[in-house]
Amino acid sequence: MTLRNDLDRGPLFFRDRDWHPAAYTPGYKTSMTRAPHRPLVAMGSTLSEETGPAFGHSMIGERDNNLILNFTGQPAIGERIIMHGRVLDETGRGVPNVLVEIWQANAGGRYRHKKDSYAAPLDPNFGGCGRTISGPDGAYEFLTIRPGAYPWPNRVNDWRPMHIHISVFGSGFGQRLITQMYFEGDPLIARCPIVNTIGQDRAIQALVAPLDMNWAIPMDCLAYKFDIVLRGRRQSFFENRKEGL
Amino acid sequence: MQKLDYLKETPSQTAGPYVHIGLTPNQLGIEGIYPTDLGSSPIRPGAQGQEITITGTVQDGAGMILRDALIESWQADANGIYPGNDPRGAADPNVTGWARIIADFDSGEWTLKTIKPGRVPFPDRRLMAPHIALWIVARGVNLGLQTRIYFEDEDNSSCPVLARIEHRARLDTLIARKTGDGSYRFDIILQGDNETVFFDM
Repeated sequence: MTLRNDLDRGPLFFRDRDWHPAAYTPGYKTSMTRAPHRPLVAMGSTLSEETGPAFGHSMIGERDNNLILNFTGQPAIGERIIMHGRVLDETGRGVPNVLVEIWQANAGGRYRHKKDSYAAPLDPNFGGCGRTISGPDGAYEFLTIRPGAYPWPNRVNDWRPMHIHISVFGSGFGQRLITQMYFEGDPLIARCPIVNTIGQDRAIQALVAPLDMNWAIPMDCLAYKFDIVLRGRRQSFFENRKEGL
Repeated sequence: MQKLDYLKETPSQTAGPYVHIGLTPNQLGIEGIYPTDLGSSPIRPGAQGQEITITGTVQDGAGMILRDALIESWQADANGIYPGNDPRGAADPNVTGWARIIADFDSGEWTLKTIKPGRVPFPDRRLMAPHIALWIVARGVNLGLQTRIYFEDEDNSSCPVLARIEHRARLDTLIARKTGDGSYRFDIILQGDNETVFFDM
């Protein structure tokens, strides 16, 4: 309970589903059989969406957010980067004490997963996952290597841009979000059918992390900044309840 | 006119086929980074209530069972109180409420062992029927899908959420079927005939 604050309560803002990718996006072939065809049943959030699991700082190991060292203790090969930013909600408030998890390919674009058979080799010192808990102002930080692009079976010659997968919790289960962070200037972004499941360019740009020289450490590593925005929560003194019930 | 200066939610992207690396590395076989995977159970020993096991699959529109789906579940304790930030007070300390469930890499079947949740109030204070909220992500799913498990052996007739489903025949897709004492079956169909009801809430 101590991990929670006064902003944890109240209904969730409605999701703008024209801003998010649609479910059925034929350019990304797998979506064609995995997209519901019937309309979603829509209503305001209930306690089931407004409450959510809490994670303590105590469950996080010291190296959990350091993907360069957290697999074997020996450094992974690749371009050393800091990935940092804040978890915010749509009202602009920092969201403290929430779990942020990331996973990614190694510098050559190879995932440590039994289903990835790409020719690029595994890095014996790179696992590919990390996690952290946001600070009091919603800030989070990872140290990792920049992942490589990789090919995937969609159209004949599709390649994913360099990206890091991000999973984030809010204070409510209805805020649950998984997304991908891309890197400033990558020419593969505009060509990617998964990126282009998003219809609006402004929304795509919200997934592109700028190079952040202010956060880079000279003679050590570069940095990219990526803020994550979760659904907002209403903080009203007027409860949304019918009289007499 | 003033500006409504809200931020926009970060757009979703698919979890992709390798979601296990990030969220269940130990179950994938990447050991030594985290001592255990998070969300292995929504209850601890001593949790009050009826112990239940729910088994199911996730199927696509071609009738194929997904082997790369990841499901998270969120539920109240046996008295209908959510752990953590329920404004009504503290829940059973042995109920964390949250689980992360992956489909078996070979069969695609998933299992959730938990306790049956109590009834939780809707915003207008009417009680919702006992349910477990699910959030489903996978390769090919661009934005996590929200659904709910209800139970065949509970009174679901006055649940204000179920009442909002216009096509009454579709209600059945949200009801876990009893397969034995304390065991249930709940298959999720993403598309096509008997498509599961998904929510925007």
